[in-house]
Amino acid sequence: MPQPILELKQVYRSFKRGREVIPVLQDINFSVNKLEFLCLVGESGCGKTTTGKIICDLLPPSSGAIEFEGVDIAALRGADYKRFRRSVQIIHQDPYASLNPTHTVYDMLSYPLLTHGLGNGRRGVRQRVQELMDLVDLTPVEDFIDKYPHQLSGGQRQRVSIARALTTEPSLIVADESVSMVDVSIRIGLLQMMMDLRDRLGVTIVFITHDLALAKYFAWEGRIGVMYLGRLVELGRTQEIIRNPQHPYTKVLLSAIPEPDPEKTRSKEHIQLRSEDIPRLTELPPGCSFHPRCPWYVEGVCDDVVPQLVSLAGADSESEVACIPLERGQELVLHDA
Amino acid sequence: MFDQQREAVLRVEDLSIIYRTKRGDVKATSRVSFDLRPGEALALIGESGSGKTTISLALIRKLPKNAVVTSGNITYRRDDSVQDLLKLSNRQLRAFRWKDCAMVFQGAQNAFNPVLKIRRQFEDTAQSHGWTDKTAIRERALNLLELVRLDPERVYDSYPHELSGGMKQRTLLALGVLLNPQIVILDEPTTALDILTQRAIIDVLNDMQRQLHFSIIFISHDLSLAAEMADTVATVYAGEIVEIGPVNDIFYRSLHPYTYGLLTSVPTLEHMQDHLQSIPGSPPNLIDPPAGCKFHPRCAFATDACHKDSPPLALDIGTHPAACWHKDRLLESRKEPV
Repeated sequence: MPQPILELKQVYRSFKRGREVIPVLQDINFSVNKLEFLCLVGESGCGKTTTGKIICDLLPPSSGAIEFEGVDIAALRGADYKRFRRSVQIIHQDPYASLNPTHTVYDMLSYPLLTHGLGNGRRGVRQRVQELMDLVDLTPVEDFIDKYPHQLSGGQRQRVSIARALTTEPSLIVADESVSMVDVSIRIGLLQMMMDLRDRLGVTIVFITHDLALAKYFAWEGRIGVMYLGRLVELGRTQEIIRNPQHPYTKVLLSAIPEPDPEKTRSKEHIQLRSEDIPRLTELPPGCSFHPRCPWYVEGVCDDVVPQLVSLAGADSESEVACIPLERGQELVLHDA
Repeated sequence: MFDQQREAVLRVEDLSIIYRTKRGDVKATSRVSFDLRPGEALALIGESGSGKTTISLALIRKLPKNAVVTSGNITYRRDDSVQDLLKLSNRQLRAFRWKDCAMVFQGAQNAFNPVLKIRRQFEDTAQSHGWTDKTAIRERALNLLELVRLDPERVYDSYPHELSGGMKQRTLLALGVLLNPQIVILDEPTTALDILTQRAIIDVLNDMQRQLHFSIIFISHDLSLAAEMADTVATVYAGEIVEIGPVNDIFYRSLHPYTYGLLTSVPTLEHMQDHLQSIPGSPPNLIDPPAGCKFHPRCAFATDACHKDSPPLALDIGTHPAACWHKDRLLESRKEPV
């Protein structure tokens, strides 16, 4: 049994806006094993970024617990907490917003080292910065070390972000849409570099994206968690989810994605939703949040009971799925659009 | 499917555009030529900064003030009349835009005036083009809203904030074709939309084109969208069209290393890809672009010839035109199609 490095237990998170309470995350349970490739996917507003922030303790959960290496992070104090903050880092989506425009590459990479007392004197810090830049292929180092963000391309900025996340020698990195803002032609190179860093440095990476094809590529040997309106609706091995999706939302999503292959994409069958309107988080429908749009909706069941993430008995899939009809072993009947 | 034989509604020839800036002239578009036939969907594919938006802005004469067209002409044909778009007067231009050619911009959900009902925005558009019969406008608008799969009565009497992003996008498409233009230009029509909303927009566009028979030029960095919607694909790199041809030829028989590089850098759901790889380097600075073929610093096939001379967009080897000195070597190097 591999040991989980991270575990989320019944995590809820809501935000207040005036008198309204917006439930952004509800009942999130999952664990991440050491060196596992885990990918959280979902559309905007599904709570994937909030989950990422909660993992790094940039945002406390409203209720529930986050365990890092078996210890509840809410109980960590002093040096232990500092060690946790060093061990878990995040790479943000937008390399144009996440780098301070008045700091040079050297500044950005040396501050965390100095803050955490990781460098060994000025020379030691400089040497470590150079090592980090080597790791992310910002070479030749002399060409980049004194540059400001505006002097770098999008891809180079994101390399700085990645190097910055690596300064504290973390064991877990949350990569939130970390390649979405860079050009198509260099996206895959960045992703491959991150996968390579995992092997070389032993960092576990939780990858958050809206792009299922990217998720598939990143986590082919790992797992994917599909999120919808604040809940995990399907969690399982990537290969299984891509080839044999169980949850209706996952099925619809996979059928809707265009492919860069004219013949394949034009012959692909698209499952029609019952409704295209996405419910607001403040007015979530009763029962399963997906039921107003679900083409396999069962009246009296789906609009009544909130489904939990469970393994399906007797199904030809090992994925955990949150769907009452599937849980009860009912056969799904497609409604006409 | 469009008709190959019919005369082009739009012909762009040798179009070059520069932007005058303090740091020097940005050569945003260089010697671009293409034809758009009735009912054709043409995709301009390229990365950010490749000049694809500049091309489309030139077509509706909406270039920023510091832009200069240094060569070329754009011929537009409606029935039997032919116009040179670069020579239109302001009055002619006002008639041309929307009636002949509509453009839907990127992030266009924000294009509506927030304090006017959708109905007023349809009426204003029609009236400023000399169409005053409100009943007729309403009838046309409701038909179009239905075509984009919205609840027509409800949407027509809504304010923009009462509609979701995807609904606004579709309403805008309906408004775009209100005056029955021959050409619709779409700038990144699905970028920043969720997957399921994207799917709805793609389906709606296909329906609209089938019924209304307009030609589409769409600009995107998304190869999947081109694969799904385009009849013809043009790859744009550093302000030039480096390859253009029927969608299947571009995807299965690409002749330019850049197009091929793009295709091998995108992960897909269908295929298992171990051979995915990025194109090394990044797009050139267009103030001082590299000599010869502008792609040569990033190209695995580059030789001395590529450093010296810019290859013409020529139809010599293969099924369609591409601008590369080494098409034969590219073809040889790929054992199987992507």
